[in-house]
Amino acid sequence: MKLLNLPLIVIALLLPAAAGAQAALSNLAPDALIKQVTSEVLEVVRKDKDIQSGDRQKVIDLVEAKVLPNFDFSRMTQLAMARDWRAATPSQQKAMTDAFRTLLVRTYSKALTEYKNQVIEFKPFALKAGETEVKVRTQVIQSGAKPISLDYYLEKQAQGWKVVDIEVGGISLVTNYRDSFASEVKSGGVDGLIKSLQAKNRDAEAK
Amino acid sequence: MKKVFTKRLSRSSLAAATLLLLGGCATSGNPKDPIEGFNRVMFAINDGIDKTIVKPVAQGYESTLPAPVRTGVANFFGNIDDVFVAVNNLLQGKLPEALSDAGRVLINSTVGLLGVIDVASDAGLEKHDEDFGQTFGRWGVGDGAYLVLPVFGPRTLRDTFGLVLDVQTDPVSQLKDVPSRNTLTATRGISDRARLLPTDKIVEEAALDRYSYIRDAYLQRRRSKIYDGNPPREKFDSSANAAEPPAHAPETAAASVPVSVPVPVSVAGQ
Repeated sequence: MKLLNLPLIVIALLLPAAAGAQAALSNLAPDALIKQVTSEVLEVVRKDKDIQSGDRQKVIDLVEAKVLPNFDFSRMTQLAMARDWRAATPSQQKAMTDAFRTLLVRTYSKALTEYKNQVIEFKPFALKAGETEVKVRTQVIQSGAKPISLDYYLEKQAQGWKVVDIEVGGISLVTNYRDSFASEVKSGGVDGLIKSLQAKNRDAEAK
Repeated sequence: MKKVFTKRLSRSSLAAATLLLLGGCATSGNPKDPIEGFNRVMFAINDGIDKTIVKPVAQGYESTLPAPVRTGVANFFGNIDDVFVAVNNLLQGKLPEALSDAGRVLINSTVGLLGVIDVASDAGLEKHDEDFGQTFGRWGVGDGAYLVLPVFGPRTLRDTFGLVLDVQTDPVSQLKDVPSRNTLTATRGISDRARLLPTDKIVEEAALDRYSYIRDAYLQRRRSKIYDGNPPREKFDSSANAAEPPAHAPETAAASVPVSVPVPVSVAGQ
């Protein structure tokens, strides 16, 4: 009895510490979080020989490991589907989130590789007390033209700040799909939309 | 692939031309895009021109000229553009920006060797992006219908009127000497197009339907530009559902489930 309980006690003792460590990582202020993730990822992208020579899977793996834990894909899918999200069943919502996640990860990885040599500047950011939705503004410097803005929308959740939208030059990677998703749902239902997304993902992988 | 595309293109443009002649316009009911049928045809034609002529030239330009030269070319045209940007900022009542733009032209045209080196940006005078379409938007003129113009591509009705003034006040198109005017216009076009090459690849990855992806991106971008990059966040839920609870209400509960997962994992790891 005592022996059986011992591991449990150890776990119980370790739990707060582990939870604390977890919280410390995700409790970064929104701007610090974006700064850390951006610099970590760009550093790898710029140095890695395989990525330099066009290894797409490696970029995707990098994004999966470093970037994704800070993104809330189910929220992103909600934002893109707007009212159709609520009309979808939980299993449709899950299938939709998975397919949209794959699409966004690929797009984001592609953007990273295309712009890897650009300089990214962070705009001043101040978190006001009690704020739960913020925008962290950065910009990509390019010569002979106005810098391209690269803004991150974050929401405060139980497990820390999560990115729910990214805007490049004022174009949201998430809400830009709203009209096309709505028209897909109108013509083929939520299942039709899921099928189109999955087909798009298959096509892109086959390339 | 290309042949199939051209065939499809000519067939669909014929069909749509017929439709237009009959006075009918295919539309999927998007209120922002009332003449979608026509626009899609124009989009396909522009795409064909781009794929066969403009893009290959831009790719050649990018691969033959070293980056510093291309930067110099872009800066040179950027400097000419700044004159026009200053005028538009003035028209929008943004005096500090207009002064900054004028300062940029002054510095870059002299110290920056006719604009080839963007000294002003290094000195902290940031480049702006303005045109008559944005000025009209600033004055409160709404978008109007979405239009795909031949060669010029996506515009709104408002931006089409803006474009007419843009072209008329553009210093390059004011040049009396036709050969140099044409050379400059073409070079600027190629330089601009070359800079968009990375975007092509991203759109390729992202778009379910390129036409609507580019349309919606254009509309979002114009809106953002009119607000100088800081537009009010658009409402996410349709007002038809205003009475219902916010969309994320059930989701926060679901999203909090995975939180507990990493904890035991990290315990096991220790």
